Amino acid sequence: MTCIEAHGLRKQFGTTAALDGVDLRVEDGRIVGLIGPNGAGKTTALQAILGLLPYQGQLQVLGRDPWTQRAQLMRDISFIADVAVLPRWIKVWQVMDYVAGVHPRFDRAKAESFLSKTTIGLTRKVRDLSKGMVAQLHLALVMAIDARLLVLDEPTLGLDILYRKQFYDSLLNDYFDGSRTIIVTTHQVEEIQNVITDLVYINRGRIVLSCSMEEVESRFLEVMVHPGHLGAARALRPMHEREVLGGSVLMFDGVDRERVSALGDARTPSIADLFVAVITNEGKQVQGAAQ
Amino acid sequence: MSTQSNVMPESSLRSQGVAGAATPAARLMYWSLRRELWENRAIYVAPVAIACVFLFAFSISMIHLLVQMHATPGLDPMQQRHLSGQPYEFAEDLIMAASLIVGLFYSVDCLYGERRDRSILFWKSLPVSDLTTVLSKAAIPIVILPLLAFGITVLTQWIMLMISSAVVAANGLSVSTFWSRVGISHRWSMLLFHFLCIHGLWQSPIYAWLLLISAWARRAPILWAALPPLTIGIAEKVAFNTTYFGSLIGNRFTGGAEGAIIMGRGRAMDPTMHVGPLSFFISPGLWIGLAITAACLAAAIRMRRYRGPI
Repeated sequence: MTCIEAHGLRKQFGTTAALDGVDLRVEDGRIVGLIGPNGAGKTTALQAILGLLPYQGQLQVLGRDPWTQRAQLMRDISFIADVAVLPRWIKVWQVMDYVAGVHPRFDRAKAESFLSKTTIGLTRKVRDLSKGMVAQLHLALVMAIDARLLVLDEPTLGLDILYRKQFYDSLLNDYFDGSRTIIVTTHQVEEIQNVITDLVYINRGRIVLSCSMEEVESRFLEVMVHPGHLGAARALRPMHEREVLGGSVLMFDGVDRERVSALGDARTPSIADLFVAVITNEGKQVQGAAQ
Repeated sequence: MSTQSNVMPESSLRSQGVAGAATPAARLMYWSLRRELWENRAIYVAPVAIACVFLFAFSISMIHLLVQMHATPGLDPMQQRHLSGQPYEFAEDLIMAASLIVGLFYSVDCLYGERRDRSILFWKSLPVSDLTTVLSKAAIPIVILPLLAFGITVLTQWIMLMISSAVVAANGLSVSTFWSRVGISHRWSMLLFHFLCIHGLWQSPIYAWLLLISAWARRAPILWAALPPLTIGIAEKVAFNTTYFGSLIGNRFTGGAEGAIIMGRGRAMDPTMHVGPLSFFISPGLWIGLAITAACLAAAIRMRRYRGPI
């Protein structure tokens, strides 16, 4: 089943288009990394999906229009919009009681068992918890909700490496079961490299690349070219070239693997390097079109 | 559910969606109200604190009275006033004022505060509609606070009655004569009516206006709430040298002529008072006010849908 389907999604803030015709399709059971530079439209896209923003264009999430049916949709969606949006005055037991009271799919026992693995006591106030503990609490709440779509917008912003690792570990081990869908945005692109199944790059309000991780492996190659082969490698029209210590790294899209391997050490690029290549490439194309 | 849903046909997934719709509106409202009381403990702490301070002062005055009466038997007019309905009226006024102030501050802050501390993003991640949220926040000053204030007033007056009865009995005077002079049961029924009708229905446009501003303002909601009425009042004064608008607003706070019908000062057992409730419910002022309340709340609900954190 299709979890999210968007056609020509647009959102204008004054004169700037935060979303400039986004077409996106996310199937059930995927873990999608939505990656883009600052101001690319990631958060706007997620807010449209969550029914927090009005938009132009077509958008269906779990078969509903998020803007007009947010409350109904939230029975099937959980989201962490940012770290530290839990109200500071609330006590841990109160937030548990409240979510259990209003959410038909919240499993309180599950949430408490997640919390018991942490040092967060039920009588503590959110105000008195550290940033990492607030993130743990929010994650415990969200993981105890039997949702079909989980949206995480910068869920680990400002947390130290230990918490970030724990966060994604428990998400994969205790939550993801193959049928739920997860969308995550983050600036720490490397940390979701081994988490996501699908990659969506967004820039200037447009999707510039959308493919599965298997596709990334089969399509893209990054080659550390021997200096002698540089001319031959460039003839294969790399999408991106960068200088590193001791040589040039060329990135190719859909090139014959064996031919390229002869020119140097070939490997699948990291999503961070691929991101840089795709974004700068797109920038050149935009400039070219302008000229 | 989750492991199976992969293989489930679309129809069964849809039926699960219906099963997930199980939270009834009353339950959502109940938890929304509890949430408000958790966050804003001033709703009950302030009136209770005022009542406690008043009771303390009242006890001292009673001890004083007891000492005086032992010295000179018989009641002079001053002492009679102590044992009349007057302190009871005073207790009512104090608790009413406390609940009014708490209600005003609550209303102007609640929808603004959740945007300022970004917690609106958490509340909106739960299956509670903007309608339920705004109505629950409106119910606090319009329903919950009047009922709470009524309960606190009754309790306070009951304690006062016990204390003064003990003083009366200690002096060998008739407790029942004293009770009838205070007229407590009649007082309480009128008081409940007053709290529900004046503090609830009659004042509701004030709270609804504040909620709307609270949902709309990006900063300084108190200023935005107070400035437009103030400007209109001053403009009217300058242009026509009249103060209709000002007295209109003032009436909303005090209860106006319609309120006076129900709760004439002195609250004597006036037979005309029985006419009160009816003429209150058919007064145009009440219904115009309720229409304004409905319009402001509808706008606030819409506003909450559009507004994000600030």
